[in-house]
Amino acid sequence: MSIHNKKLFLLCLATLAGLFVLQFLLSDYLVLAFTRILILAVFAMGYNVLMGYTGLVSLGHAMFFGAGVYGAGLSSYYLGVSLPVAFLAGILAAIALSFLIGLLALRTQTVSFMIVTLMFSQAAFLLILYFSEFTGGDQGLTLPTSARSFSLFGLEVDMTSDVARYNLALTVFGVVLLGLFAFTQGPVGRLLVAVRENEDRTRMLGFDTYAIKLLAFTVSGGISGVAGALYGLMFGYIGSAFAEFKISIEALLFTLVGGPGTLLGPLVGTGLMTLLIDRLSGVTTAYLIVIGALLIVVTLWFPTGILGTLRDRWLPWLK
Amino acid sequence: MDIVPYLLLATLEGLVQASVLMLTALGLSLVFGVMRVVNVSHGEFFMLGAVAAWVCANLIPGPPYVPFIAALLIAPVFVGALAWAADWAILKRINYNPEATIVSTIGLMYIIQQMTLITFGPDAQAVEAPFYHTVRFPWFGYSGYKFFIIAVAIVLVGGLLYLLRHSKVGLYMRATQFDKETAQNFGIPVTKVYSGVFAVGAMLAAIGGVLVVPSQQAHYLMGHDPLLLSFVVVIVGGLGSIPGTIAAAILIGMSDGLLSVFFSPTLAKIFSTLLVALVLVFRPQGLFGKAGR
Repeated sequence: MSIHNKKLFLLCLATLAGLFVLQFLLSDYLVLAFTRILILAVFAMGYNVLMGYTGLVSLGHAMFFGAGVYGAGLSSYYLGVSLPVAFLAGILAAIALSFLIGLLALRTQTVSFMIVTLMFSQAAFLLILYFSEFTGGDQGLTLPTSARSFSLFGLEVDMTSDVARYNLALTVFGVVLLGLFAFTQGPVGRLLVAVRENEDRTRMLGFDTYAIKLLAFTVSGGISGVAGALYGLMFGYIGSAFAEFKISIEALLFTLVGGPGTLLGPLVGTGLMTLLIDRLSGVTTAYLIVIGALLIVVTLWFPTGILGTLRDRWLPWLK
Repeated sequence: MDIVPYLLLATLEGLVQASVLMLTALGLSLVFGVMRVVNVSHGEFFMLGAVAAWVCANLIPGPPYVPFIAALLIAPVFVGALAWAADWAILKRINYNPEATIVSTIGLMYIIQQMTLITFGPDAQAVEAPFYHTVRFPWFGYSGYKFFIIAVAIVLVGGLLYLLRHSKVGLYMRATQFDKETAQNFGIPVTKVYSGVFAVGAMLAAIGGVLVVPSQQAHYLMGHDPLLLSFVVVIVGGLGSIPGTIAAAILIGMSDGLLSVFFSPTLAKIFSTLLVALVLVFRPQGLFGKAGR
């Protein structure tokens, strides 16, 4: 197998190595913050497959994150399955949901696509509230202590330990990053970009663009589910707040800030934004105002994001 | 038990809701029709209208109808100016790109919501009705103010339709909606039409907010439901079609009250959101519309 875009591959490896070393340098508080950043970055990377590479702006990715959270959390809470099985259940739930929603939503384009994904996601959120006896609604459910540790291949992992959580998040992040490297930098990635740049021409060249978009949609939703399942199981709590509109907007903002259509952009955007939001929520409860202002600022003056600007100016391989 | 009074009461309540919904949804529909953009912060303009009515009621002395009339004039002017400024500062600069407009109006929604929260606080605020007059039916008395809401809505919508069909401004708007480039070639100031339409759309929502606030309290999150219902109306009525919007507003305003009697509000909302999604997927021209151009 040959590796396309060797420079980016090396940068990915260097990033992973850097993130591994980071845990020995940071305070406990920041290690926890970076654990969250890594998981949310997986979510944003999933979002980026659809929004950045394929050019389809979804406003409903909270439902796929939520499918991961609830698929994993409910199977652990009610069926008592081990954490790795619950994790897989969450991912499968997200893949199934995104395939189904993709089949419908991809019949529409641009504005309609945004509204349709938004409405499906709101319906999913309201369903969680409607069945709150089963899902815990906005109060949520706390997973039992038996679901706070697991052993896999003879390795005992304790989900209440900061170090274990960070390294688990980093492992999942690394797998998703390298998987997405293979997915986006090879021939399939070129097809996604072709659909983004000119869908009609791609179809004229004989490609089934609906199938390409459905693949992107399902991969995107599935990876969002990976992030959701990991988040729910790692912190032992599931609640309707994970499926809120705000979650979709955060994925959009993280991707926009970091650079849509760049592999590492979502990590940069998630890191910056999460640290900023954490700081701000200490100062004011109205931090949403900053999210709102940033959405406008980025749209107006900075549509290619941080890594996108670097790519356009100096580093064309950064994609 | 006699069924007539119940039916009459449900019809009246439905008509009041339909009137406010008609104003709000028409604003959204007008903006979408002429400018081809979706304004996600439309519900916040509605909320600002309601909050403005509350502010007027607190600052302006005199019998309740004085601040009410003041609010009916001040709120749309203030909200219209805000919308005009947003159009100038944001929408014009992103060239009304449909996707960028949605993203930036989501930003605007958060800003307006949180600014209101910071300035007015999280409490819901009641406003006194401008007058108390009870219309007597054989079975019950009904608030005369609610008839006033229906009358204002009919007058405004009638005026708007007349303006669209029979005035030069209306002609400009219809020409811009039909074909922007050709309209520009004929010397129609398309950018001015856009700014004006965006402001008028917001003003209609603000008037809806002022009218509703004596029967429903002002609150910084109250814009969500009118936004969702306006979406339902605009999409079911056919995107950008004014008569379709009016018909759908009456249908949905009337049935919404009945639905929430039989089902829980959450279930009614699930139904509405899925309706919007499925209509857009399977009948993008709306339930009443003909196949689009």
